[in-house]
Amino acid sequence: MSTKGTVKGIISNLVTVEVDGPVSQNEICYIQLGDERLMAEVLKVTGKNVSVQVFESTRGLKVGSDVEFMGHMLEVTLGPGLLSHNYDGLQNDLDKLTGVFLKRGEYNFPLDKEKKWKFVPLVEKGSKVEAASWLGEVDENFQPHKIMVPFSFLGEYTVKSIVPEGEYTIMDTVAVLTDADGKDHEVNMIQKWPVKKPILVHTEKPRPFKLLETGVRTIDTANPIAEGGTGFIPGPFGTGKTVLQHAISKQAEADIVIMAACGERANEVVELFVEFPELIDPHTGHSLMERTIIIANTSSMPVASREASVYTAMTIAEYYRAMGLKVLLMADSTSRWAQALREMSNRMEELPGQDAFPMDLSATIGNFYSRAGFVYLKNGKTGSITFIGTVSPAGGNLKEPVTEGTKKVARCFFALEQARADSKRYPAVNPIDSYSKYIEYPEFEEYISELISPDWTCKVNDMKTMLQRGKEVQEQINILGDDGVPVDYHVTFWKSEVIDFVILQQDAFDKIDAVTPIERQKYILDLVMEICNTEYEFNGFVEVMEYFKRIINVCKQMNYSEFKSDDFEKYRKELGEILEERRKK
Amino acid sequence: MATKAFQKIYTKITQINKATCSLRASGIGNDELATVNGELAQVVKIMGDEVTLQVFGGTEGIPTDAEVIFLGKAPSLKVSDQLAGRFFNSYGDPIDGGPEVEGEEREIGGPSVNPVRRKQPSELIATGIAGIDLNNTLVSGQKIPFFADPDQPYNQVMANVALRAEADKIILGGMGLTNDDYLYFKHVFSNAGVLDRIVSFVNTTENPPVERLLIPDMALTAAEYFAVDKNEKVLVLLTDMTSYADALAIVSNRMDQIPSKDSMPGSLYSDLAKIYEKAVQFPEGGSITIIAVTTLSGGDITHSIPDNTGYITEGQLFLRRDTDIGKVIVDPFRSLSRLKQLVTGKKTREDHPQVMNAAVRLYSDASNAKTKLENGFDLTDYDERTLAFAREYSDKLLAIDVNIDTTTMLDVAWGLFAENFKPSEVNIKQELVDKYWKK
Repeated sequence: MSTKGTVKGIISNLVTVEVDGPVSQNEICYIQLGDERLMAEVLKVTGKNVSVQVFESTRGLKVGSDVEFMGHMLEVTLGPGLLSHNYDGLQNDLDKLTGVFLKRGEYNFPLDKEKKWKFVPLVEKGSKVEAASWLGEVDENFQPHKIMVPFSFLGEYTVKSIVPEGEYTIMDTVAVLTDADGKDHEVNMIQKWPVKKPILVHTEKPRPFKLLETGVRTIDTANPIAEGGTGFIPGPFGTGKTVLQHAISKQAEADIVIMAACGERANEVVELFVEFPELIDPHTGHSLMERTIIIANTSSMPVASREASVYTAMTIAEYYRAMGLKVLLMADSTSRWAQALREMSNRMEELPGQDAFPMDLSATIGNFYSRAGFVYLKNGKTGSITFIGTVSPAGGNLKEPVTEGTKKVARCFFALEQARADSKRYPAVNPIDSYSKYIEYPEFEEYISELISPDWTCKVNDMKTMLQRGKEVQEQINILGDDGVPVDYHVTFWKSEVIDFVILQQDAFDKIDAVTPIERQKYILDLVMEICNTEYEFNGFVEVMEYFKRIINVCKQMNYSEFKSDDFEKYRKELGEILEERRKK
Repeated sequence: MATKAFQKIYTKITQINKATCSLRASGIGNDELATVNGELAQVVKIMGDEVTLQVFGGTEGIPTDAEVIFLGKAPSLKVSDQLAGRFFNSYGDPIDGGPEVEGEEREIGGPSVNPVRRKQPSELIATGIAGIDLNNTLVSGQKIPFFADPDQPYNQVMANVALRAEADKIILGGMGLTNDDYLYFKHVFSNAGVLDRIVSFVNTTENPPVERLLIPDMALTAAEYFAVDKNEKVLVLLTDMTSYADALAIVSNRMDQIPSKDSMPGSLYSDLAKIYEKAVQFPEGGSITIIAVTTLSGGDITHSIPDNTGYITEGQLFLRRDTDIGKVIVDPFRSLSRLKQLVTGKKTREDHPQVMNAAVRLYSDASNAKTKLENGFDLTDYDERTLAFAREYSDKLLAIDVNIDTTTMLDVAWGLFAENFKPSEVNIKQELVDKYWKK
C-alpha cells in the first residue's frame, strides 16, 4: 500500500506534508488540488513531516489536501519514438498538451503507444544476457534503435523466448527472460529510469581521443572538442552564446542531438522548432529534427522542473549512448539550473554558500558533467555523450560560483568576450583565453594528425602564437602611437588580424560560411599561415594597413564562396596576385 | 470591495511586522486575496492553521483586532473591450473617474504559453528611428528594454515608438512613475488622438511600493485578453522595471529571505522572466510585444537588475548623448535586437544586414581614431575619414529625431560609405557593392 499524506504548510512551491508511512528521499508524490494533481518531489524528511517541492504553481492550494506517494523517484520513459519530440522538463510531450497555455497538473505519456515498429531480433533463444544487452533493433528515423534488457535487471538472464522479426508496438512483449532463480520476466520496448541516477552499463571509460567536428572554425581549428568530451561556454548576455550553441547543434557530426533549453527564452526554442525540421543534417542528408530531441523548460515555465530538465536530458542521452551511438547534449543554460537550486535551498532555509548558492553546488555540477564521456560497452562497441553547457555569469564576471564550479570539471572552455561582441567579431570566442585540454592528450594528437595532417597541431600552435604576439604588439601601438613603433610591428599586428578575420570570425547566418568542414578548415589554415609566414616590404604603416585590408577582403569573399567553385578560385587567384605585389624578393 | 453574505470575519491577528501580518484561519488557499481593515492583502505562507498575509499598502496602523476577510480568489482583473481608453490603479480599479469595467474576471499572473503553440516572430515593427530600425530592428512578439540613466529621455522615445508602431492596443504599465511622467503619457496619448487604443495601469511614487508588484501582471492580463481573444497586436510598455525589482527586494527582505547579489532576491531572474516571457506571437495573428525601461545607476549594467534583464530580454537599447552633434542617439555598440535577423534582409532590402554591420564597424574604427586623437597621436587619412563618417552617421541615422523608412536609411548609409570610403574598405559582399555603391 502506498504512503499517503496531508498538506500541513505552504510557502510558494515548498509544501510540508504529514505522512502516514515510509517515504524515500526524492520520491515523487501527487498533491490533490480540486480536480488537478500536482506533481512534487521529496526534498527533506523531519519525522512525520516531509518537505516536498511542487513542480507547478501552488496557487489556491489549501492545508488538509490529500497527497499520494508513488514509491519511485522522478523517472523518464525510454523507448523508440523519443526522437523529433519536444518535451518539457518532466518529459511531457508538449505537442500533445491541449490549449495555448500550459495547464497545471496536465501530464502525458511521452511515447506513442499505437505506432508499430519493425523489430529485428539480435539474440536467439537460450542466449545469456544482462542489463543493457541488445535484444533487438528497430529503425527510428534511420537510426538503429536498440531494444535493450532493462537497465534495472541485475545479474544474468537467459532468453526464454524472443519474437520473430515483425511489426510491434512498444507495449507488446518482445522477449521473455529467465533470471538465475528461474523466474520469468516479460520485456517490451519501454523501460523507466530515475533521472538522478547515471545509467552505468559500460566496461571502460577511456579519455576521449576522437575529434567531434562542429564546423565552427574557432572550435575545430583552435580549441577542438573531443567526442565524449565536455565543454562550456560562459559569456555575458549579448555575446552570442545561444547562436554559437545552435550552430554547434546544427552542424556537429553526431548521431543524436539533445537540446536542453533550461530556463532560457521561449522564442529561442521556437527558433529550433521552426528551423530544425527545415534544415538538412550535413552528414546524413536527413532533416535535422530527425536526430534531435528538444527538452524545453523555458524561463517562465515552473522553476522546479527546470532542475529536472537537465537530468531528463542527460538520462535520455545515456540511453542512446548504451545503443552505441554518438550523442551530443547541449544545455542552455546551466546557470538557470543552478539558480533553481538556489531558490529551493533558500526556501528550505539552508545555510547559503557564496552568492546565496547552495554549498554543494560545485559538487552537483561536477557530478552532472561526469555523466558525459566516451565509453566501451559490454559488447565491445563504443558510444559517447559529448556535453556542452552554457553558463550565464552574473554581470559577466567569471569569478562566480557556477563558472568556477564548471571550470573545474569541463575540459574545454570557450570564453565569449564582450569586447569582441561589441566590435561584431563573431563568434566572440576569445582565442587566447579559451582552451581545450584535449589537445594536450597524446592519443588525441595522434588521432588528429592521422585525420588531418601530421603538422596540424604544430601549425595551430604557430597560429596561436601569432595571435598572442599580435595582441601584445597592438598594446604597444596603442601606447606609443602608429608612428612610434617600427613598421614590422604593424605587419605583425595585421597578420594576427588576418587570422582573426579569416579563421576565427565566421558568419553563422551565411549559408556557406556557417559550416566549414574539416577539409576546408585545413585549406584555410594552410592559406592563412602561408600569408603570415611570408615576408613583405612596406614603406610606412599606412601601406601595411591598406594592404592587409585588401587581403582580408579577398579571403572573406573566399569564405563566402562555395569551396573550390569558380568564384572561389577567382578570389584565390586574386589573392595570389596581391601576395606577389609586396613579397620580399 | 463589498463583503458577501456569510463571509467569515477574523479579528485576531497574532503577529504584525512591517509588511506582513499573521492570524489563525482555516480553509485558506495559497496566493488568496484578503482584506485587512479594508486594505488589500495576499496569502504568502500557510503553516498549519497560521496564515501569513502580505499587506500591499504596508501594515502601518493595523491593529491586532483588525477585521480580516478572505476573498477566496487570487488577484484578478475584469477583461472586456471596455478596458480601452481607461486608466487604472494596481488593483485594476479605475482612477479616471469613469465607471467600473464589466467583463469576465480573470486571475492575473496566469500560466505561460506552451512553447510549441508559439509562432516565430516575423513581423517588423517600424519606428522611423534609424538607430532602432536599421541597427536594432524590432519584431512583434519581442521583449526589449531601454537601459537608461534616469536623466535620459527614455519615456519620450518610448512614447514615440508606441505611437508609430501601428499597434492595435497599447498597454501602459507604470511602476513608481512620477506624477509628472504619468501626466506626460496621458497628455501625449490624448494629443495624438489614440486614447481609445490605450489601457493604462499606473502606480505612481505616491502609492505604496509593494502595490507595484501587481502592475505588470495586470497589464499583461489585459494584453492577453486582446492578443488571444481578439487576435490583436498589442504593445505593452513597462516603465520602470527597476522600481518593480526594488519592490521585490523590499518584500523578500521583510520576509527574512537570504538575499543574493545586490540585495536582490535569489528568484529575481524567474520573477522577471515570468513577466517578459509573456511577449509572444500567436499563429492566429495576435501578438504581445513588450518594450520596457530599466533605469541604471551610473550606467552600470553589471548590477543584478539590468544583468538579469539582459539574459531574459531579446536585446536592449541604450541611449547616449553624442557630444559631437549635441543630440541623443541610440548607441550602436551596446544596443542589440536579438530578433533582427528574422526580418532584416527578409522583410527589408537584401543589403540590410551587411550595410548595418559595415556601418557599425566603421563607426567603431572612428571611436578608435578618437581615442588616438585624445592620446595625442597623429591620425592617418583613414582615421580622418572614419571621423567624418561617424559625425554624419550619428546625425543622419543614429539620432532619435530621425523619422524615415528603412529603405531610405539604407540609401543614406550607402551614400555615406561612398562619400568617405573605397569599396574595399567597407567589407561588404561584392555583389551588393556592385548593385548599391553610389557612384
